[in-house]
Amino acid sequence: MPSYDVMPEVQLYQPTEVDDALNLAEKFRQQGWLLGGGQDTYGWLKDRAKNPTALIDLNDIEAFKGIKATSTGIEIGALTTLRDIIRNPLINDHFEILAKAAGRVASPQIRNVGTLGGNLIQDTRCWYYRRGLACYRAGGNLCYADSPEAMNREHALFNASRCVAVSPSDTATALVALNATMVIKNIDGDREMSAEDFFVGPDTHITQMTALEPGEILTGIKLSNEWSNARYYFEKIADRDVWDFALVSIALVIKEEANTVKDSRMVCGGVACTPYRLNKVEQYLKGNPLSEKIITNAAKIASQGAETLNYNHFKIPLMENLVKRALRS
Amino acid sequence: MNVNLTRRRFIKAVIASSAVASQTGCQLGSKDLHAKGSVERLISLDINGKKRRVDVLPQETLASTLRYKLGLTGTKIGCNRGECGACTVLIDGIPNYACSTLSHSVRKRQVQSIEGVANKDGTLHPIQEAFVEELSPQCGFCTPGQIMSAVALLNENPKPSREEARQALSGNICRCGAYDHYLNGVMRASGQSNE
Repeated sequence: MPSYDVMPEVQLYQPTEVDDALNLAEKFRQQGWLLGGGQDTYGWLKDRAKNPTALIDLNDIEAFKGIKATSTGIEIGALTTLRDIIRNPLINDHFEILAKAAGRVASPQIRNVGTLGGNLIQDTRCWYYRRGLACYRAGGNLCYADSPEAMNREHALFNASRCVAVSPSDTATALVALNATMVIKNIDGDREMSAEDFFVGPDTHITQMTALEPGEILTGIKLSNEWSNARYYFEKIADRDVWDFALVSIALVIKEEANTVKDSRMVCGGVACTPYRLNKVEQYLKGNPLSEKIITNAAKIASQGAETLNYNHFKIPLMENLVKRALRS
Repeated sequence: MNVNLTRRRFIKAVIASSAVASQTGCQLGSKDLHAKGSVERLISLDINGKKRRVDVLPQETLASTLRYKLGLTGTKIGCNRGECGACTVLIDGIPNYACSTLSHSVRKRQVQSIEGVANKDGTLHPIQEAFVEELSPQCGFCTPGQIMSAVALLNENPKPSREEARQALSGNICRCGAYDHYLNGVMRASGQSNE
């Protein structure tokens, strides 16, 4: 009988140079585990549900940390803690929605060590999957959450494909709304992609939540001035105000001109495996005034196409009401 | 019965004897994991202002090291998953869950546990005094963690509002539900009334 409350044997590497970290990531690939704040790491290991050979602790690499202004916006190191993001003047002055979202993550102690990169690439909270069951996401051929007796109150409304787990990250919804760019490195070089493409659903890659491949490290997040200082709204609904993950969350950035909507980006968390962008709502709002009728219609459009499971019907009105609240704000 | 053999002393003696055994790796009967480029095992930690030499496994959490290697049992392990706050310690003055921190990651940092909160002469920290006065703890298991969060709050913000205190202590669960009593304690310690 294994003991479930102590850490398993694992090697630990604490590189201080970027190249060393990339070499280690390449050397261990799937057997290596990139360690940020570690708050979505130790549970997996203690439960023996994931068994990496080596932890690669990235916290000693200064190049992966910090928030700096660039000519086109700001760049945030992926190892920057949520605590630093919440308190950073640049972010609070220009991209306050990100500070708000980061401030709603987990608990104070977790935000003190949890990193932005870690919050973005954390694994889904489906408890069947986290229990270590051989579900689709774990490489098996069954979904325990989408069966007649399953408890699936927290699971997906949209874009499920075999797996019905949802995106757990609060900062991810804010970053998709802000049209952020992810900077990814591996031993051969860099690549960049939009936040929207970074998060992948089960139809694309059922065992991964992001486009990050083995051997790659998410090193930074770029925010362009396109949406800086835009009117925004962020709200997260969860059973508890601390620790808990979103049942549904909403992030909206919006630009208005002469009382009509010029442009907007609206994203829901907790309803699909990725941050779920409400493209149709955005299109509908364009050029329209934010009258009560338009807002009511927008909410109806938002939930179109939802496919409910046994216990998550409540997410539809919850989501519609969040859309209304965001637009009325 | 030997009156000097209190429960606490007995437990400490057991820990001290296992600390010797841990030199050879008692935790899960570890074999040597020292791979090239991986961390050294014998390290120095700065705990409550003292340098402590200790043999730490690569995967060991700070809560384990404090309790089972250094005998500092004031730091409690509740859930061991970063979901309750009983193991809260200050690392460079910031509250962290010791159960979800690798001991190797605090080598160059200052750790303060509940044992380092009272003054050297034994007088209590204002938070501790206020918690006693307000009868804040009920069963007391979460209290070390509550104190650490409250100490960190007052270090940064000597006159917090009740709402700020509520936020600062929100990462510590109290199963007895004595939350308001802890908040009363924080307000008293910061010289504010509880009206």
